[in-house]
Amino acid sequence: MMDAKAPAQTYPTGQHPQLVPPATERGIIKWFRERLFNNWYNTVATVIVLYIAYLGLPPLINWLFIDAVWEAKNNKDCWAQGHGACWGFIKNRFLFFMYGFYDIDSIWRPNTAGIMLASVGAIIVFPQTPDIWKRYAAMFLAFVFPWLAVGLLVGPVRFTTWDTTTGQMLTGLACLAAVYFAWRGHQNNDAMKRLFGLSIIYIIAVMVFCTWGLGLPELESRSFGGLLLTLVLAITSISVSLPLGIMLALGRRAHGMPALKYFCIVVIEIFRAVPLITVLFMAVFMIPLFLPQGMSFDDVISALIGMIIFNSCYMAETVRGGLQAIPRGQYEAGDSIGLNFYLSTRLVIMPQALKIVIPGIVSLFIGIFKDSSLVSIIGLFDILNVAKTSITDTKWIGLEWEGYAFVAFLFWIFCFSMSRYSQWLEKRLDRDHKS
Amino acid sequence: MSEVAAVETDGPVVQSAMDASEKIIQINAMHKWFGSFHVLRDINLEVAQRERIVICGPSGSGKSTLIRCINRLEEHQQGDIIVDEIELSDDLKNLEIVRSEVGMVFQHFNLFPHLTVLENCTLGPIWVRKMPKEEADALGMEYLTRVKIPEQALKYPGQLSGGQQQRVAIARSLCMQPKIMLFDEPTSALDPEMIKEVLDVMIELAESGMTMLVVTHEMGFANRVADRVIFMDDGQIIEQKPPKEFFENPENERTKLFLSQILDH
Repeated sequence: MMDAKAPAQTYPTGQHPQLVPPATERGIIKWFRERLFNNWYNTVATVIVLYIAYLGLPPLINWLFIDAVWEAKNNKDCWAQGHGACWGFIKNRFLFFMYGFYDIDSIWRPNTAGIMLASVGAIIVFPQTPDIWKRYAAMFLAFVFPWLAVGLLVGPVRFTTWDTTTGQMLTGLACLAAVYFAWRGHQNNDAMKRLFGLSIIYIIAVMVFCTWGLGLPELESRSFGGLLLTLVLAITSISVSLPLGIMLALGRRAHGMPALKYFCIVVIEIFRAVPLITVLFMAVFMIPLFLPQGMSFDDVISALIGMIIFNSCYMAETVRGGLQAIPRGQYEAGDSIGLNFYLSTRLVIMPQALKIVIPGIVSLFIGIFKDSSLVSIIGLFDILNVAKTSITDTKWIGLEWEGYAFVAFLFWIFCFSMSRYSQWLEKRLDRDHKS
Repeated sequence: MSEVAAVETDGPVVQSAMDASEKIIQINAMHKWFGSFHVLRDINLEVAQRERIVICGPSGSGKSTLIRCINRLEEHQQGDIIVDEIELSDDLKNLEIVRSEVGMVFQHFNLFPHLTVLENCTLGPIWVRKMPKEEADALGMEYLTRVKIPEQALKYPGQLSGGQQQRVAIARSLCMQPKIMLFDEPTSALDPEMIKEVLDVMIELAESGMTMLVVTHEMGFANRVADRVIFMDDGQIIEQKPPKEFFENPENERTKLFLSQILDH
């Protein structure tokens, strides 16, 4: 520690060693000096904030943890035991908060789906896993997992297409046509034919698989509720609206194909101009009108369709902002080495554009997660609606704080995690690219 | 039979192949408009294989637009352009073939910032020529060595100096092993001390027999390496001559004016 009044030590020319800065210039004292007390108004603000914290924090912590009641049979029981938060209410109704009306004995099914998603997702999210694992994990999540999840969560799905012999024959024909296309495409190395054929085969295979539904008993999706419903809605919307949004954004910028371009513009502008609530109502009440007689979509699927289309439009505009930010020279450089549209978009433009709009995209994801609560309007029991219902139960009246605080806490965990992950991702991409 | 004539210049003797039958670029009566602005007027140009052409002129004369029409980064409205016996039209399949035979180096480099230097170079060979990765990497390293920056292979473009980035851009185009290389003012965005390293690479490329069209203000380079210097003004080709005659005996008034401005400082 250098004492300012000590006689200055002299060194030969060019030989002054590196010294430690004086105490006031380093460490935590420096941090305090620079940020909280560097001038008079900051000092006053700091003192005021500290005072408010002193007034407010101890009672809050008391209520939340110290005086809280962790086990209770009803509200009077809670208040008899203590003055703090009645977490016994949450504990008592925990299964309802988590799964809604889902059959309690079958909870292992959504749990399995959740664990599968979390563990495969972890492979993708953690940087240390080898790239080849990441690739297989991503393909598993994109093409296999959704149907496993459907089988686990609801069991077999009935496709009314196969109730009639015409339907069955058409499917058989489609199968044969698809195999023909794929085989011819493979022979002639025509990627489009091959892709078309393989897509049809994939769709039919998925339909067959879903009809089998892993051989599990069928469960109604209307019974989904609580965190289960919120997660199903949010995860599905997020995963489908990102690729769909990217396609809409690219379609909107397709100046050489006006039909596609104007179709995308119309879709985007319609769905951005109406509130999500309206879209959900329309999805639930109008989609059945367009379906053939007897066929019906349950409410969860209608809500999902509405949410997906709505969020894809927002995603499209966000991605389009990123596409516009890429300098024209990048497109030209890609063109000049002979990359076609698909390759230059995938290898050159999209990695740069998506990196730029990560903050916008993650904000949309967080918004989707929170907007999933709007399905309470059409009678579905997402976590917020579950909380509302629980606190109007006569056994638990008066515990609004605890109910909503718990829901807020759950939202906060998911949304904050997404936010932190995106910041980490941005930092990592910056470090790797150093441009 | 090809005649090899030694062109006397101040630098080392540079061979120019005068194999007149092999026209790799033919532009006939080409016109281009940007909206209502007539940017290229009645362009007639023939380029033989292995020929090195320098295009110069005041800004706005259409030089960059001309070479960008050759790989169809710009489209012409009238006349025809035939590159390597393929006529440039709206036919997409041909376009991709042409673009993989014509390399381009831009004034502002246009490297892909999210890929390493080596990945920048191997992107084309892997995805367009369908080369396996090891072969593409070896090819990339070969060309990076040729432009004298093999040690930068794993760095990102943002970590390199301007001269190094431009040399990576040249290597990237060369990795597609094109028949023609187009240069759009390659040294105009560089600091003076980096211009030399890029020009050295271009001279070596010229001496190895690559067909080159270079838009530039570097008259020393033109003098040393070019078979023909073309002067453009107002979207027209005013004069085209071998460098010695071009600099010593310009015919047209506008050429003389331009030369006096360029060479007098």
